[in-house]
Amino acid sequence: MNMAVRTPDPKKMIKGATGDWEVIIGLEVHAQVTSNAKLFSGASAVFGAEPNMHVSLVDAAMPGMLPVINEECVAQAVRTGLGLKAAINLYSVFDRKNYFYPDLPQGYQISQYKQPIVGEGEVLLDMPEGVVEIGIERLHLEQDAGKSIHDQHPTMSFVDLNRSGVALMEIVSRPDLRSSEEVKAYLAKLRTILRYLGTCDGNMEEGSMRADINVSVRKPGEPLGTRCEIKNVNSMRFAAQAVEFEARRQIAILEDGGTINQETRLYDPGKGETRSMRSKEEAHDYRYFPDPDLLPLELDPAWVESLKAGLPELPDEKKARFVTEYGVTPYDAMVLTLERASADYYELVAKSRDGKAVANFMINELFGRLNKDGKGIEASPVSPDQLGAIVDLIGDGTISGKIAKDLFEIVYTEGGDPKKLVEERGLKQVTDTGAIEKAVDEVIAANPDKAEQAKAKPTLSGWFVGQVMKATGGKANPQAVNDLVKQKLGIE
Amino acid sequence: MTDLTALTLAEARDALKAKTFTAVELTDAYLAAMEQARVLNAYVTETPDTARDMAKASDARIAAGKAGALEGLPLGIKDLYATKGVHTQACSHILNGFEPTYESTVSANLWADGAVMLGKLNMDEFAMGSSNETSHYGPVVNPWRRDGSEVNLVPGGSSGGSAAAVAARLCLGATATDTGGSIRQPAAFTGTAGIKPTYGRCSRWGLVAFASSLDQAGPIARDVRDAAILLKSMASVDPKDTTSVDIPVPDYEAAIGRSVKGLRIGIPKEYRLDGMPAEIDALWQKGIDILRDAGAEIVDISLPHTKYALPAYYIVAPAEASSNLARYDGVRYGLRVPGSDIVDMYENSRAAGFGTEVKRRILIGTYVLSAGYYDAYYLRAQKVRTLIKRDFETVYAAGVDAILTPATPSAAFGIGEKADADPVEMYLNDVFTVTVNMAGLPGIAVPAGLSAEGLPLGLQLIGRPFDEETLFTLGSAIETAVGTFSPAKWW
Repeated sequence: MNMAVRTPDPKKMIKGATGDWEVIIGLEVHAQVTSNAKLFSGASAVFGAEPNMHVSLVDAAMPGMLPVINEECVAQAVRTGLGLKAAINLYSVFDRKNYFYPDLPQGYQISQYKQPIVGEGEVLLDMPEGVVEIGIERLHLEQDAGKSIHDQHPTMSFVDLNRSGVALMEIVSRPDLRSSEEVKAYLAKLRTILRYLGTCDGNMEEGSMRADINVSVRKPGEPLGTRCEIKNVNSMRFAAQAVEFEARRQIAILEDGGTINQETRLYDPGKGETRSMRSKEEAHDYRYFPDPDLLPLELDPAWVESLKAGLPELPDEKKARFVTEYGVTPYDAMVLTLERASADYYELVAKSRDGKAVANFMINELFGRLNKDGKGIEASPVSPDQLGAIVDLIGDGTISGKIAKDLFEIVYTEGGDPKKLVEERGLKQVTDTGAIEKAVDEVIAANPDKAEQAKAKPTLSGWFVGQVMKATGGKANPQAVNDLVKQKLGIE
Repeated sequence: MTDLTALTLAEARDALKAKTFTAVELTDAYLAAMEQARVLNAYVTETPDTARDMAKASDARIAAGKAGALEGLPLGIKDLYATKGVHTQACSHILNGFEPTYESTVSANLWADGAVMLGKLNMDEFAMGSSNETSHYGPVVNPWRRDGSEVNLVPGGSSGGSAAAVAARLCLGATATDTGGSIRQPAAFTGTAGIKPTYGRCSRWGLVAFASSLDQAGPIARDVRDAAILLKSMASVDPKDTTSVDIPVPDYEAAIGRSVKGLRIGIPKEYRLDGMPAEIDALWQKGIDILRDAGAEIVDISLPHTKYALPAYYIVAPAEASSNLARYDGVRYGLRVPGSDIVDMYENSRAAGFGTEVKRRILIGTYVLSAGYYDAYYLRAQKVRTLIKRDFETVYAAGVDAILTPATPSAAFGIGEKADADPVEMYLNDVFTVTVNMAGLPGIAVPAGLSAEGLPLGLQLIGRPFDEETLFTLGSAIETAVGTFSPAKWW
């Protein structure tokens, strides 16, 4: 078994009254497979329809109905497995997980229990201290349940079966995570990989990605403690908060001489706490057994190979290439490759330009502005060509970095060709030393006291530079201004 | 005019083609017979209007020269089959009032070939039973009676309605299903021919599921030829059932009357049970003699794991059933008995909706799948199943073409006779038939004679996977030797 053994890192531990505690975390992420139809029926898997509009006879578990596997969902699971550098099991089995609930029409969920479609893999996290490897134990395919709605009628509950039978991938990590920061990083990285692959849209608000989080604590070097499972967390922020709370709760109990009950808990984001849902004793006996309606899933190795050949470049590979090809820092490369669309955008701009300059401008200006508007890169009002033109204008000295920000804002809000805008609006950088010299002379003449002080304290020259820039409407070349101010004040 | 219901399906088909009578006339004859035979309780729903409409449409197609293989032939459909807009309850109260919006693949195949639906046939609830006494709609009465007796007998089960209706000439043929013997045992009890084809030969789509890995559709018919004609129409590969198999459906009727010369027939010693009635043993010997005289080679074989088949079956089948029947929860269709909360509603609905035998099997199935018992029961039963399958593969690999056994350990018994008996005594009815389901093989039951009391007795032939043709050939050889059997009409 490929179990990553992690050396206890005191920096990640939580300080208790009795010393440091190590937090051990494993995640089960449920990711909705991107597909047109459900896992075992032809009904639409699209989110957001009126209740019970996407329900086939199979989804409603009418008598005599049979599941038929959706090949595209299988392909998506295999692609995901390959993206997680995981073993693809050419033979896997669908099992029934039996329990009663109104939003589970069959009375069982079709899942994979003992023989999942994907085996062991890994996810690499870019943490401040370096790369951390998180082991993936397995990935299996299963059906989603429907939705019970309890607030529409005084005595009855309603059921919406639109989600019933939608394909989910359950991605199970090894208990390799050690902090809430790592949990966030893991979820973000997993989402990035899934989105690159196009196998899950990663939209946690719509519930297309949800996590069950197993948390236990121990003193470094001791055996694993009893774990609690926090169910159905649907945001990265909540996941981190839930882990923090749960770890501290367990530490408090243990330090008081108590013991942890193995149980399922729910995180309440309003109160910022986890609370017990059911204990181990109340746990269901799911009576798993192979679904006799479905033959074992046998994959043709050539088919798996063809899926492999069709995979896109994944974030880790892309990141490494950006560092070597464009000379950007690993951190910038990571930021640029978080979304495939951003990376594609970057490459369009950086292809024939200074990669570092493009990275800086994109990360600081474009991403910052898009974030402010809550927009994704796909919705950017500034096209790669426009952004490239702005970077070019900085590069050849036509505009200053300061003006570039203004120009970017104009292009962002009004659109237009950056080159023409510079001409039309007189944004060109003044490099004519005569004009700059005149402005410097005027500022010095108007402030004789300050000029005297600056001679004694050269750092004050910055104030003069600022005044000159102001007087020239920011268009003066800052370096030329700086040189002239120093020269005229006689500093050096 | 002679009684049209006396004709076999093949005879009626040929007469319709020759325009000797019309499909409407034939259908009316059956509808009249059904009306007179309600005491048998074979049908749970009669669909005379639909039947006449379908018959009229058949007559139009016959007139237009567009007749299908079963054009105008009136059939009964087991209540386990989903029939669009018509009572489909698997004879359970839990499906109270259920009428599907869809048609099962097998019945749709029959209608596509021009067959006429007379109604839905009684059966054991969810096909769980060997006497048709577990039906929510009451027991079916076997049209056969012991010589000089007026005691009502069971027709066997679970396809008791199908078998009784065919034997009493209340339809030309009937659909049935077989999970552990539910076609072959009632066929044997009523002097009819019934075949459970290879697992995967017929689509299960639209059949109310009992035990998915064992359930198969098949016909019960007046004689072997009729069974062959019906199976040809029923069988198909179905993209909606991924356990159905894409092998061309042969012309089974062409196998009737073929020579059995040179065929190797295995006689498994393990089927000779202690305490087996002498007349069953004698019947078996008679079958052996008939086939030998017809030129077949008789060989003694061993199927060593046979004795484990029945216990293993009563683990696998209830396990699957306990899960398959979980959908009957009162939420979406069928019976709902209100309760104080959802769990209460489940419990009330399922308590009122399921009969005793169904509840027993749900409990057994739930138990054998439970944590801590799974390995000891379910997993072990699956291993036994593999061994049983291997037993058959071994003898077939050694050149055996088919296996001859008795179909049942006794003739039909009285209604209520086993009411107070250990349920296992009822389960023993399936002792010769369950192995076939466990191995997924085809098996046919053909009438081979009458008991000392004048009741029909049947023999079973077990074939290689997808070699139903050989079974039809051998079945017709036995039939040629012994003739067919009909009950005296008393109803």
